[in-house]
Amino acid sequence: MRRILFILEKEFRQVMRDPAILRIMFVMPVIQLVILPLAADYEVKNVRITILDHNKSSYTSQLVNKITSTNYFTLVSYARDINAAMKDIEHDNADMILEIPADFERNLVKEDEAKVFLAVNAINGVRASLGSNYLLNILRSFNDDIRVKWIQMPRMNTEPRVGTTHSTWYNVHLNYQRYMVPGILVILVTMVCSFLAALNIVREKEIGTIEQINVTPIRKHHFILGKLIPFWIMGQITLTSGFIIARVVYGIVPEGNIMVIYAFSSVYMLAILGLGLLVSTFVQTQQQAMLISFFLMMVFILLGGLYTSIESMPVWAQYIAAVNPVSYFIEVMRMVFLKGSDLSDISRHLGIIALFAVVMNSWAVMSYRKRM
Amino acid sequence: MKTLWAFITKEWKHIWRDKKTLLILFGMPIAQMLIFGFALTNEVKNSRIAILDPSKDTESRQLINRIDASKYFEVRKYLDKPEDIHRAFRRGEVRMAIVFPSNFNDDLMHGKQVTIQLIADASDPNIATTVINYATAIIGDYQNEKLGLKKLPYRIEPVVRMMYNPQLKGAFNFVPGVMSMILLLVCTMMTSVSIVREKELGTMEVLLASPSRPIKVIIAKAIPYLFLSVINIITILLMSYFVLELPIRGSLLLLFSESVLFIITSLSLGLLISTITDSQRTAMFASLVGMFLPTLMLSGFMFPIENMPKPLQVMSNIVPAKWYFIIVKSVMLKGLGLVSIWKETAILSGMTFFFLFLALKKFKIRL
Repeated sequence: MRRILFILEKEFRQVMRDPAILRIMFVMPVIQLVILPLAADYEVKNVRITILDHNKSSYTSQLVNKITSTNYFTLVSYARDINAAMKDIEHDNADMILEIPADFERNLVKEDEAKVFLAVNAINGVRASLGSNYLLNILRSFNDDIRVKWIQMPRMNTEPRVGTTHSTWYNVHLNYQRYMVPGILVILVTMVCSFLAALNIVREKEIGTIEQINVTPIRKHHFILGKLIPFWIMGQITLTSGFIIARVVYGIVPEGNIMVIYAFSSVYMLAILGLGLLVSTFVQTQQQAMLISFFLMMVFILLGGLYTSIESMPVWAQYIAAVNPVSYFIEVMRMVFLKGSDLSDISRHLGIIALFAVVMNSWAVMSYRKRM
Repeated sequence: MKTLWAFITKEWKHIWRDKKTLLILFGMPIAQMLIFGFALTNEVKNSRIAILDPSKDTESRQLINRIDASKYFEVRKYLDKPEDIHRAFRRGEVRMAIVFPSNFNDDLMHGKQVTIQLIADASDPNIATTVINYATAIIGDYQNEKLGLKKLPYRIEPVVRMMYNPQLKGAFNFVPGVMSMILLLVCTMMTSVSIVREKELGTMEVLLASPSRPIKVIIAKAIPYLFLSVINIITILLMSYFVLELPIRGSLLLLFSESVLFIITSLSLGLLISTITDSQRTAMFASLVGMFLPTLMLSGFMFPIENMPKPLQVMSNIVPAKWYFIIVKSVMLKGLGLVSIWKETAILSGMTFFFLFLALKKFKIRL
């Protein structure tokens, strides 16, 4: 036990001596947490539309009014011809073109059917399909208006009707920050912990000081524990400062008990640090350590369910998600912060992460060699 | 010229000697393109839902089957009482609950208005709104079929054309984004350790004592990495064309030269970081922890820039990946030429000169 204390003292002194790394560890996450959640608004709104109106009748101006009066669309320009309209799309000034042919009004009255053309920039497929659906809905209701005006069709239907109502629980106003802040906090804490741990042992290898430790009577698990505990404490401090920011800047207070999160994060950080130390024992240089843990982090974070939903991924990617510690923590954060889940609700997550922590750390202890 | 060549050879030998790092440098972009190219999509499908259906009649069952059969939903649970909804949400088992009224069939047959309740777990607001939209659309279709479609007079027929990506594949948006992110981060990280590493290992003194000027040292550091990155961009482009099946509609030469420009921008940024930090650890933290999330969130491929608050829109302009992302989309997917992307090209070049100038200025010739 005393030996661990000595290592701890050494590690703490080393960390405290390096102000640059301390600054990066605490200041960078804080700045990012303050700024980035504001960027995470995924809602399809402000769809930019260019209108190419060859007909220029009172109907088309009514239609355009109807489109621009919703807050989904902003009118970019009335294009003179199709080339000008295409330019808008090419230069990313507009997301879609609505083209109304010259015989629109005549066809509507005489032929009972008039066409309009909609060209959508579909590079972002989801945005394109949602945006065009909004426009189609507006067209449909415009169409209904015309019919009601011209033929006094009964609007009430006597036939069976199925209606829907919907409610959004836990986040009634669909506030994006309430959902992003806890998730981004998880990512920041995970990155800081895993990079620090991954660089740690290999740094001693590179500088050569690991030899000095290897000749001491310190046991392998003492050594790993001594590396683990300081970063564990720093990780919890980063997490706590994140909670304070969530509260002060965004006014986000967890619905559930915050101790549930601390209980989870205590185990989670052991898992992440264990993974970092494992990487560290396998590589020879800091650059290798950083590249490998960066690769793992990028996979964990992008497949963690914060940015895109896990269920929509192909099956093999869902298997990756099942062994992805980040996705469990993001889910637990959201459950406790927004839904007020308690310890029994997250017991499955906790169990899996505990298993993960045990595997990673025992692997790290085993693969650490005291011989060079 | 000869000293420069000697320096480049030295750097090259350093890199070549470390086979493990080389393997990671070449393998990583390939693995990442494969994983993210196939797995990332902002589509929402296979959402787990729960059903609370006290009526349990044929009509409601038909509608449930219809919902379950769509690619958007997967019925996971049948609930007995309304209190169970809360529990299922709190355990994160389902995304949405669909609540049928009792006597669904009877009410429907007697011409009454029946209302189906959709309750979404909005702790993820994106998914909540999307699943509600999809479910409403499915129920609407069901109702239209019940009514029987009649040919109405005065129809406005919209003809929709999805440009550039008719099948609405997610990869069209994510591959250019992932490309810009991998290139930026890998290139920056590689060079960010290059100078500071010599400082840390103590070999910097030897370099400084040599007769070469700082600019030569810096250029010699960047050139071998430029070569490696060019190989990387070639594999990335090959993969996006052959494996991920993205078209290259514009000029391949233009796309390639723009990529090289972006690589040089990233390498210069790395050099800048390397000159102003004093340990490898700090340099790598600055280039990865400092740049990963801002690049991911502000470059425009995850979240639309138009939706961000004004200050963030302004801030997104200093993210190099944003400009490269626009360039790749324009050249690769829209098939545009240099005329349309001169502005983005100019900005990237300007950034490169700025980074190099700063790096040179901050380069200390004394320890």
